[in-house]
Amino acid sequence: MIEKRWPETWQEVNPGCMVFTPGSSQEYHTGSWRAGRKPVWDKSKCIKCGVCYIFCPEGCISANEEGYFTGNLTYCKGCGICPRECPTEAITMVNEEG
Amino acid sequence: MSRRVGMEVAIAAAEAVALCNIDVAAVYPITPNTHVAEHLAEIVAEGRIDSEFITVESEHSALSAVLGAAGTGARAFTATSSQGLLYMQEVMPIASAMRLPVVMVIANRALSGPLNIWNDHSDIMLQRDTGWISLFAENGQEVVDMLIQAFKIAEHREVMLPVNVNMDGFQLTHTVEPIELPDQAEVDRFLPEYKPYATLHPDRPVTMGAFAMPEIFTEVMKAKDVAIVNAKKTILEVWKEWESLFGRRYEPVAAYKTEGAEVVLLTMGSMGETAEVAIDELRREGISAGLLKLKLWRPFPFEELKKAVKGVKVLAVTDRAVSYGGPGGPVCTEIRSALYDEPDRPVIVNYIIGLGGRDVTVEDFVTMGKRALEAKTKKSREAYKFYGVRGE
Repeated sequence: MIEKRWPETWQEVNPGCMVFTPGSSQEYHTGSWRAGRKPVWDKSKCIKCGVCYIFCPEGCISANEEGYFTGNLTYCKGCGICPRECPTEAITMVNEEG
Repeated sequence: MSRRVGMEVAIAAAEAVALCNIDVAAVYPITPNTHVAEHLAEIVAEGRIDSEFITVESEHSALSAVLGAAGTGARAFTATSSQGLLYMQEVMPIASAMRLPVVMVIANRALSGPLNIWNDHSDIMLQRDTGWISLFAENGQEVVDMLIQAFKIAEHREVMLPVNVNMDGFQLTHTVEPIELPDQAEVDRFLPEYKPYATLHPDRPVTMGAFAMPEIFTEVMKAKDVAIVNAKKTILEVWKEWESLFGRRYEPVAAYKTEGAEVVLLTMGSMGETAEVAIDELRREGISAGLLKLKLWRPFPFEELKKAVKGVKVLAVTDRAVSYGGPGGPVCTEIRSALYDEPDRPVIVNYIIGLGGRDVTVEDFVTMGKRALEAKTKKSREAYKFYGVRGE
């Protein structure tokens, strides 16, 4: 879902399309790009190395309180890079419902 | 007080920029712009001005560097020619879209190939639609004046657009001319300190050059178009102020003896002075001829052009670039389009001249004026002619 509100008219566009609100790109939920498959982490195989976090082009993978990595599906585009790079095959792409 | 100097025009261009209190320059030398780069680097190295001169590895980097500098609120300058300008092209529409007021002097030179280092306008014509304000200088004095004016126009809060000043390679860049060089106090009075609309600073985050979705892109382009159209008002104001301070007049379409003229030639850049002599010659022969010199290319001065050609029977537009397989040279194409809806538009003929440094003499302009008059009575006319080409 794209929730960002656009300027209604060209007159309301900031000069140079400048954006004065830091972090506003987070309002654009790139997870809507996913085409039916999402990454799923298997905690039993995860060695907390962080390779998936480093390779994620969207920057949406982070460690939880226990140190295990997981992806934020609001922004995950489903590219499949993390399962390909994971050295212990702890990540698999699974079909999403619906 | 201004001082009158005999100076090579490329050197004078660097001196003019040095008077503008620039913060950053990034220039990659390329013939025939090299002396601008060399002399400006020398001025910075000698400590005559408090500026950074970034030695970059390419023109793409040169424009990118001044763009970044302008984003931080610096007054920034670059210069190039021909292939270098094409290498900058990727960054040119970004500069205007980001509304960053950088200034560039272009020593106009033919595009390769075949390789040719001499003057024509094919380099700038390819940049026509990049959203830059584009000025054409006729002589060294105009190069100096327009460069100082360019910063004021570019930085004006109602403009905020990059400006390029075009000077013909070699014909201007490598010619020593008598030039009135304004002094520092005069330039300081004319050109206030740059007050940017926004700057990149960690304490006040701002995104410049943001991503734009289809939902907003059209509106951003409309805003950019309106900005450059409206810039003409500021350009005219700045030129009026310049005239009051320095006594030299600037107009989007400068006229020479066009009053009641039957045939009018139109030039851009340094050929205007040669064409003036031809107009005098034609008038001595009893032909009512005049000349228009287009100084403002973008935003295109529609109203001024329409007014300037009122009552003119034949307009001979000269182009120093080719639109291969197109409707005519780029300048003539626009002029035809601008006059299409005018009820009493002149007959328009188009001569492609002066490509890759080919000399265009007074005699050539006299011939063009006469041929244009003959063309008036012809039933069918060619859209454009390569004047002087061997083989026809």
